[in-house]
Amino acid sequence: MDTIQLAHGSGGLENQQLIRELFFTAFDNPILADCEDAALINGGTLAVSTDSFTVSPLFFPGGNIGKLAVAGTLNDVAMRGARPQHLTVAFIIEEGLKLNTLTSVVRSMKEELSITGALVIAGDTKVVPRGAIDQLMINTTGFGSIVSDCNTRRIAAGDHVIISGNIARHGACIFAAREEIAIKGLTSDCCSLWPAIAPLLAAGLGIHAMRDATRGGISAVFNEWAQQTGLSFVLRQNDIPVSSEVRGFAEILGIDPYILACEGVFVLAVAPQDSATVIDLLHRHGHPQATLVGTVEGAHQQPTVLLHSAYGTKRRMEYPSGEILPRIC
Amino acid sequence: MQAADTLLQMVRDNDTIRAFADRISQQASQLKKPLRIMEVCGGHTHAILEYGLDQLLPDRIQLIHGPGCPVCVLPQHRIDAAINLAQRPETILVTLGDMIRVPGSHGVSLQRTRAAGADVRYLYSPLDCLTIAAENPDKTVIYFAIGFETTTPMTALLLEKARDRQLDNLYVHSNHVLVPQAMEFILSAGGAVDAFIAPGHVSVMAGAEQYRTLSNKYRAPVVIAGFEPVDLLDAVLRIIHQVNSGIAEVDNAYSRFVKTTGNRKAQQLVEKYFEPDDDFLWRGIGRIPASALKLRRDYAERDAEAQFPASCPAPTEEKPNNCLCGSILMGLAQPTDCPLFADGCTPQNPQGSCMVSNEGACAAYYKYRRAS
Repeated sequence: MDTIQLAHGSGGLENQQLIRELFFTAFDNPILADCEDAALINGGTLAVSTDSFTVSPLFFPGGNIGKLAVAGTLNDVAMRGARPQHLTVAFIIEEGLKLNTLTSVVRSMKEELSITGALVIAGDTKVVPRGAIDQLMINTTGFGSIVSDCNTRRIAAGDHVIISGNIARHGACIFAAREEIAIKGLTSDCCSLWPAIAPLLAAGLGIHAMRDATRGGISAVFNEWAQQTGLSFVLRQNDIPVSSEVRGFAEILGIDPYILACEGVFVLAVAPQDSATVIDLLHRHGHPQATLVGTVEGAHQQPTVLLHSAYGTKRRMEYPSGEILPRIC
Repeated sequence: MQAADTLLQMVRDNDTIRAFADRISQQASQLKKPLRIMEVCGGHTHAILEYGLDQLLPDRIQLIHGPGCPVCVLPQHRIDAAINLAQRPETILVTLGDMIRVPGSHGVSLQRTRAAGADVRYLYSPLDCLTIAAENPDKTVIYFAIGFETTTPMTALLLEKARDRQLDNLYVHSNHVLVPQAMEFILSAGGAVDAFIAPGHVSVMAGAEQYRTLSNKYRAPVVIAGFEPVDLLDAVLRIIHQVNSGIAEVDNAYSRFVKTTGNRKAQQLVEKYFEPDDDFLWRGIGRIPASALKLRRDYAERDAEAQFPASCPAPTEEKPNNCLCGSILMGLAQPTDCPLFADGCTPQNPQGSCMVSNEGACAAYYKYRRAS
């Protein structure tokens, strides 16, 4: 590798390689080495996560860059089992951006903050010359107090695996918007997840780990979990919830929905005796498609993510790699 | 999308899949010898591995993966041409899908060329080139056209519309290839294949009729199939039935889309702009007579090869590589037979073209089968 390519930021293998070989090596410390969506500091009481948002188009069906910048970072905090409370926001703005556009973005950030009650406590504004970036980028850093530490190390063989809703909607929606492919009813799933997480944590259930399936989709989450835990994930393909709009999109373009980003869907590994209660609570708190999709198993040789079909065949669910490109013929 | 859902349910129905698998097992037991069926199309290879259909077949039925992956069969000197053209000043190079990932003879891909500053774009519809050319009148816009009979009509339509709209800055570099010629070449080489599953999308355009001559000449059953589990199992069953009945003919198991004569309008448009190219070297295979399409001389003003000859290297035989891509494309080896497979050759660091493209057999094996 001598130049950075788009694949180095797409949430797949190349992205992981860059992080491990450059950033982890340079910044090595035990907190970073945890590899969780949010880091724990202050004696394990405070969860912190940061994320930068760049999306084209800025406004898409189901959301915009502002909503995404608030929900995305606070979701990462919530995935650690922490109540999102504070947020810092940095705007990098291209010269020439319409004030109206920026105002709409900020309004929806305010609206999204009201869902969790998190406060913006610090910020920064930079304007860069025309052409230096594409319209607007936002960086947010979120803070939250730990309710119950959920992390990958707690995942155990026998755990049940749950997906909270229809996958791949955000990735499909953005891809379709960029390619100007109109698919009726295809909207981003972008939303704040804390309202669904709070009741799960309050009920004291055996929630071992949670992760929102953003860049790289559910495939990235399961493969990272498999790598980090040394365990295998066995999933029933037919039970993975996919909306008919996303299925249609994926079929037309020949793109695997498992590698497409979600922004309001998360994956859980839970104690088997609690999975029915978890699903019931998710159904009652805004995630009616939450489904039990498989189990965690001790790895025989290499930890893998396996998909079982309903007619008796099986295959790997591969870690995403490279740019997402549509099929040719 | 609801109609599409219903259709998909039909062709992915679990009970139907199981019933087909059972019927195939019964009928295969009557075969006098093991049957080697080549699915020509990369889309079929991908579907077979994605759905694990080969796991449902008895040992006597062997599926062999063919050369129907447009990126896989593109020789390196043509990839070099794409990279050279992209590096020309004031040029926008436009192409399809994972063409941008395949490295040329110096190990550099269009993706890397783009990262180094060239304007390389991929698109889904070739007609989007019209907008790019109209919006960039001071730039040279080159469409690096690839694909089998499925994508050629869109390139022809692009040429037609570019003429109508007088977009003089739009050029085409044609790398379109033809399926029946490749199938005949494999049969004439002898030995590897008893029957074919013929491509679905290609046949929608070119028609079922185009396989008749080779099926008769080599007494090889040819069944056209769709891309769903039921489609492919249906095609396998029809092939076994032909062999058990001692017949060899063209059969259409994808009649919901494929007509005997294909799409005549599309064929006429292709005929207008293209003529057979005898010089096209298939990667790992070599020269196959009249197996590609080049722009007719009347349209040389649109032909990037004619207009920018300095950027387009002459056809050269490939340097021998220690990977088995050539044998795999000919159906003589399976991806897992290659000593480099998953060990020195991966999608991130491909040694051969079958690993580069998502539609390649090695990439499909790597994705769905590696160490599982």
